[in-house]
Amino acid sequence: MDILITGLLLGGTYALIAMGLNLQYGMARIMNLANGEFLVAGGFAAFWFYTAGQVSPLLTLFIVAPLAFGLNWLIYVVMLRPLVKRAKSHGQLEVDAILTTFGLAFVSVGIMLALFGGDYFSYSYLARPITLIGDTYALNRVTAAVAAVIICGGLWLWLNRNRAGMSIRAIAVDPKSARLVGIDVPKLSALAFALGGAVTAVGGALISTFLTLDASTGVMFTLKALVIVIMGGVGDVRGTIVAALLLGILETFVATLIDPGLTLAAAYLLFVLILLFRPQGLFGRRTT
Amino acid sequence: MTKRDWQSITLSAVLLAVAACLPLTGDAYMLSIGITIAMYAVLATSWALFSGPTHYISMATAAFFGLGTYTTAIGIENGLNYWVTLPIAAVLGAVLAVLVGLATLRLSGVYFVIFTLGLAELVRQVVTWGQNVSGQKGLYVLTDITEVHIYWQLLVLAAIVYLTGWAIGRSRLGFALRIIGDDEEVARHSGINTSRAKILLFMVSGATAAVVGSVLAPRYIYIEPALAFTPMLSFLVVIMALLGGTGRLWGPLVGVIPFTLLWEAISASFPNQTTLLLGLSFLVIVYLLPRGFVGLIESGKRKLREREAFA
Repeated sequence: MDILITGLLLGGTYALIAMGLNLQYGMARIMNLANGEFLVAGGFAAFWFYTAGQVSPLLTLFIVAPLAFGLNWLIYVVMLRPLVKRAKSHGQLEVDAILTTFGLAFVSVGIMLALFGGDYFSYSYLARPITLIGDTYALNRVTAAVAAVIICGGLWLWLNRNRAGMSIRAIAVDPKSARLVGIDVPKLSALAFALGGAVTAVGGALISTFLTLDASTGVMFTLKALVIVIMGGVGDVRGTIVAALLLGILETFVATLIDPGLTLAAAYLLFVLILLFRPQGLFGRRTT
Repeated sequence: MTKRDWQSITLSAVLLAVAACLPLTGDAYMLSIGITIAMYAVLATSWALFSGPTHYISMATAAFFGLGTYTTAIGIENGLNYWVTLPIAAVLGAVLAVLVGLATLRLSGVYFVIFTLGLAELVRQVVTWGQNVSGQKGLYVLTDITEVHIYWQLLVLAAIVYLTGWAIGRSRLGFALRIIGDDEEVARHSGINTSRAKILLFMVSGATAAVVGSVLAPRYIYIEPALAFTPMLSFLVVIMALLGGTGRLWGPLVGVIPFTLLWEAISASFPNQTTLLLGLSFLVIVYLLPRGFVGLIESGKRKLREREAFA
């Protein structure tokens, strides 16, 4: 029971991060391997504001989100759009996007190393116990999970009720047909990419309240987010949330009962099972 | 074989013979750089054998390399002869490649990239866990093999890789792979078993990387997971191969030599900026050198020829 709830709390934050990646990969069709670095950058921002000015990480979200949005929008328009235009096929774009964002990931790690050094950073925010159904949990984990649920809910509503959100979902289904019904694909792809970056950075700020990060941990989060997105089905919001919760529980399970050093191995176990038995994702439809 | 084939074989043999004379200079630093270059030349060329024609970017070189290193280390500790551990490493590398290939190569390329990206870290976590359980920390590899031996072994390995690559390029398998790289759909429709072709080539690449790991194990003397499975190795191999260009068999070598020298210089004087350099190299490859130095050389040649034609 203890493991289950800790896992669910962790999974809630994972859902937010994976949602960011899903917006970028599923909707904007860019495999962004620099996703985790934005998470770490968001965490850095929260850490910096908290230690320097005692600003609550929850307030920092309102600074982190627009900054990350703007930066990701710039990255898409300046660096990725030329690749989209130049690509002759989807495969070509995929290879180019992977190499570019991987390069970007290293550049951001390099910059963060230069700015903050290679040390682990953590701070103590809301590190108080709270009792839920008879067991005690850290308040910061609960807060982060609740914030993640609120943001995920908001995103889900936006994608299902708002016109721009629904257009983005149409692009996720089929970019070519989306153009036929008058959707401005280049503009909305940039929007989805920027929004994805903002969501991930917010997730990073939340996760930094209870996990220790350092400049080079980004790639681990990218991998986990990718596993979640593929498991849930690319472009599928509901699947992402379910998959994130599953991964959170499995990881906590492995970390508590076997060894805390095996979390990635746990994620990979899920990944292999999905690839072997349901490559289209839990809720995805088989493409022809 | 045509006249040109003979020419290139003779040229390669001469170059190899010249390279083999490097230890005669007696300069230990030169030899150490030579080993690094030879190691990356073998790794990048064998990487390009698979990833060049198919465009499937493998980020898993370090996993195979570490597997080879550990095979040799564990083998020697259990009383095996060093030379016996090399073929064992090759077999294990091929087996790992088959497992990864069966899980991912039947699907679209992205799954393969993601899976290989975390593979080294995955194996490292499992090995570390195994060591925690058994209470053992690292392994000593004590042999009477010197740097010169390692260098010569790598050169022999390079020769084998080039010959294999050349043979594959002329075989039905190589032809099938080029079609897969152009259009996988077309390849499937013309009756090529695409997964089989891809897995076969990935096995060659994986087995080679594992053997390189075994060959280098005596150089490290003391082996621990963080050293054997360093992810940096995979990324460097990808950059060097793409920088040189994967369109030709000799392409990766053209990238390996300048990049190794640059990397050594940067690591020596600005050790904190290596990550930045790595990132910038990826961007340079995508935006400025999409076909690598090979593409640059060949378009230069074409321009020269056109100018001659007009004159």
